[in-house]
Amino acid sequence: MTRKRYISTGSEWTFDLIQSYDDEIGIIAGEYGLDTYPNQIEVITAEQMMDAYSSVGMPLGYHHWSFGKQFMSTEQRYRRGRMGLAYEIVINSNPCISYLMEENTMTMQALVIAHAAYGHNSFFKNNYLFKTWTNADAIIDYLVFARNFIHECETRYGEEAVELILDSCHALMNYGVDRYNRPSKLSAQEERGRQIEREEYLQSQINTLWRTLPTKDAKHNEKEQLFPSEPQENILYFIEKNAPLLEPWQREIVRIVRKIAQYFYPQRQTQVMNEGWATFWHYTILNTMYDRGLVNDGFILEFLQSHTSVISQPAFDSPYYSGINPYALGFSMMADIRRICENPTDEDRHWFPDIAGSNWNETLDFAMRHFKDESFIQQYLSPKLIRDMKLFSVLDDDKRLKLEITAIHNEMGYKAIRNTLSKQYNLSYREPNIQIYKVNRHGDRSLTLRHYRYDRKPLNKSMHEVLKHISRLWGFTVKLETIDEKDNLESTIECAVD
Amino acid sequence: MGQLIDRRLNGKNKSAVNRQRFIRRYKQQIKKAVDESIAERSITDFDSGEKINIPAKDISEPIFSHDQGGSHETVHPGNSDFITGDKIKRPSNSGGTGQDGNASNTGEGQDEFSFNMSREEFLEFFFEDLALPDLVKTQLATIIEYKTLRAGFTSDGIPTNINVVRSLKGALGRRLAMSGPLKKRLKELEAELNSLQNSPAPENSSTALEELHHDIAEVKRRIAAIPFIDTFDLRYNNHIKQPIPSTRAAMFCLMDVSGSMDQARKDIAKRFFILLYLFLTRSYENIDVVFIRHHTVAKEVEEEEFFHSRETGGTVVSSALELMHEIINQRYPANEWNIYAAQASDGDNWHDDSPICKELLHDKLMPLLQYFAYVEILSDRHQRLWDEYETIKSDYKNFAMQDIKNVGEIYPVFRKLFKKQPT
Repeated sequence: MTRKRYISTGSEWTFDLIQSYDDEIGIIAGEYGLDTYPNQIEVITAEQMMDAYSSVGMPLGYHHWSFGKQFMSTEQRYRRGRMGLAYEIVINSNPCISYLMEENTMTMQALVIAHAAYGHNSFFKNNYLFKTWTNADAIIDYLVFARNFIHECETRYGEEAVELILDSCHALMNYGVDRYNRPSKLSAQEERGRQIEREEYLQSQINTLWRTLPTKDAKHNEKEQLFPSEPQENILYFIEKNAPLLEPWQREIVRIVRKIAQYFYPQRQTQVMNEGWATFWHYTILNTMYDRGLVNDGFILEFLQSHTSVISQPAFDSPYYSGINPYALGFSMMADIRRICENPTDEDRHWFPDIAGSNWNETLDFAMRHFKDESFIQQYLSPKLIRDMKLFSVLDDDKRLKLEITAIHNEMGYKAIRNTLSKQYNLSYREPNIQIYKVNRHGDRSLTLRHYRYDRKPLNKSMHEVLKHISRLWGFTVKLETIDEKDNLESTIECAVD
Repeated sequence: MGQLIDRRLNGKNKSAVNRQRFIRRYKQQIKKAVDESIAERSITDFDSGEKINIPAKDISEPIFSHDQGGSHETVHPGNSDFITGDKIKRPSNSGGTGQDGNASNTGEGQDEFSFNMSREEFLEFFFEDLALPDLVKTQLATIIEYKTLRAGFTSDGIPTNINVVRSLKGALGRRLAMSGPLKKRLKELEAELNSLQNSPAPENSSTALEELHHDIAEVKRRIAAIPFIDTFDLRYNNHIKQPIPSTRAAMFCLMDVSGSMDQARKDIAKRFFILLYLFLTRSYENIDVVFIRHHTVAKEVEEEEFFHSRETGGTVVSSALELMHEIINQRYPANEWNIYAAQASDGDNWHDDSPICKELLHDKLMPLLQYFAYVEILSDRHQRLWDEYETIKSDYKNFAMQDIKNVGEIYPVFRKLFKKQPT
């Protein structure tokens, strides 16, 4: 092993040092085959970090009170020392922007560079969900467009009017994505160019849809014909295209919120993988630096201390327990895949014949590209890791008096635990399945939504509020029908316009 | 490889707009919190920000999600002694097990949303229901009077502020620094010339002499060309502005604490005192606040006791006025102090005492006071005290009285006092 000189030995950072670390980390990442967007590393203050925090990771957000609320609570907690700020925020854009906080030590800066600028960055660039759903080249431009458009609306129509629409849209943000259709990529230039065109076209479409005089033919089969012909899961999209009373600018705002929801959709589905991948790489890269004599013992100890706290997983009965830590699960799974490749046991050969003994680097790369949390866990959660984490599954059924342990870390339980955990990360299982069912076109113009229940899970109380938001956007009465697992109509809630 | 940017200098306070919007939107809730905090705060402590708590459920953003109930199967780490098929009791508080990971993340038992409000934001809410005109609000919220102080020197400014001595000192230094090497050179040349002139003349001495003379002349010319004073040397007197208080004031708070003054009345009284205090802080830096409470006898007390203790018994207002007069004589000579007094009462007084009060006020106190404000809070009907006071009002312009049914009526009491003086 060749012994080079340490890049630095103290904890103070300078721009030159960051640059040298970035160079070295970049070289090592390249050797491991990490494919990244070019990096843009920005040094910011704690206050700016709080700003970035509260705009949910959008580098330039439009104005809305909810971001203010977020900011104020972050600030309050930070000031009272209850919370250290996360040391990394990274934007899925090209170039990929990562923030370094000025308070951090050199070690932490290096950790963040490896974690965000190479780990997350390569994940953003190569994971199939991000490739399908987001367009890193255009997001910054699109956010600028959105911000300007909303600002313009505020001057023209008043802040309150815009705020009302945004409130309603935010309530439906999780229902603004097509889960199955492949979306068209967004491009800011086209957006701007086509926005006016779209306004006019849309309005004319609406007018056709809501023509008051039905033609004779239509009258014939209007009873059988449902509109929409199939249930629609993308509520915001449906509203944007079909809500009868919205002004063109309001439709555009619905569209903006929808597009931003779409941009964040992959992140919500790949939390474990994304964090696991980035954590795995900062761990691997910094250790390689240590092996090469680029950093000293003090550096690596400080790093390990912080790394260990990031991936700590309190047990279910610990007072600190708040669910499974995605960093811990993700990192363990990534490291476990490497182990299976490098030192497979007989058990691994039996469970993972394809990857046991293969090249770990390529296997991990494949896993990163082609999976999301749900399928990643289904595919790669190994019996050994289930044993190491001592996972077990619990059934909480409100019809039974007691909870039941359905599986533990034994031969019989592995598959069950893997299935249950995978389901736990499935968004369409986690979130209520609510779809647009029909519109009463010739009568009271009411909109009917259907909630398809599974496992008898009820909706939370704030659904009444959400319904109010929908009826505000729709402009007429909105109904929510609950359908049980046997396809029977259980109940209907109505929400009239104020 | 990548690009490294220092963003620390730009884009501070990006969230300020969003913060304002939040405050505007939740005015009602914040207002309530402000009202509660007014009750808890000391009068003199009114000039700082405040931590505000509002119920988290009021400001939550609704989304569709699952509630508890139905059947949930979840995976947890750290099993120690469960085996498959075990039945365990449902934890009473659904924090530990059997919860959707999603739900427990968001619902982490935070019932209160709290944040810090700046002084300006806080006062804005406080002023709001006092129905203050805008002008007064700005007068109260800002410190307007400044004193100009000298604060060293700067290198730019207007000609009238030039400091001659400093500038010339600088010029001298600069001249010395710039001419130093030249003078050294001149000395060398002159020494050379000397030795050349004293030595027996070699054949080329005349040309060398001529060259030396030429060099000496050149160096002298360069020394002479150094300017005596340059714009670079100029120093200006620097002035800064400092807020100044005019003088000092004493504020007397008089309150009836007999049984009929209940908490609601005291709350209104407190706001009345706070407002007077705030007005005074704009004009005076040092304000002594004296609290006098009375029923049949008067007593000087601390603020805490003033607002929170309650006594029973009859009411003799004159006792308080007498005590006030005494205190003024002892501690606040009227020629040194600006004295303000505010009296809050429900109008009750022992019938025969009212004329005594009038006499005291009219003859002894009013000549000493800048201002006397009397408020009658939620009184059922005016009693004799009110009638007696009305006669004072006609004699003294700096006497104000007001009948208060709600907090919005407090301000008019002060209106006359703080009207802009035509000067």
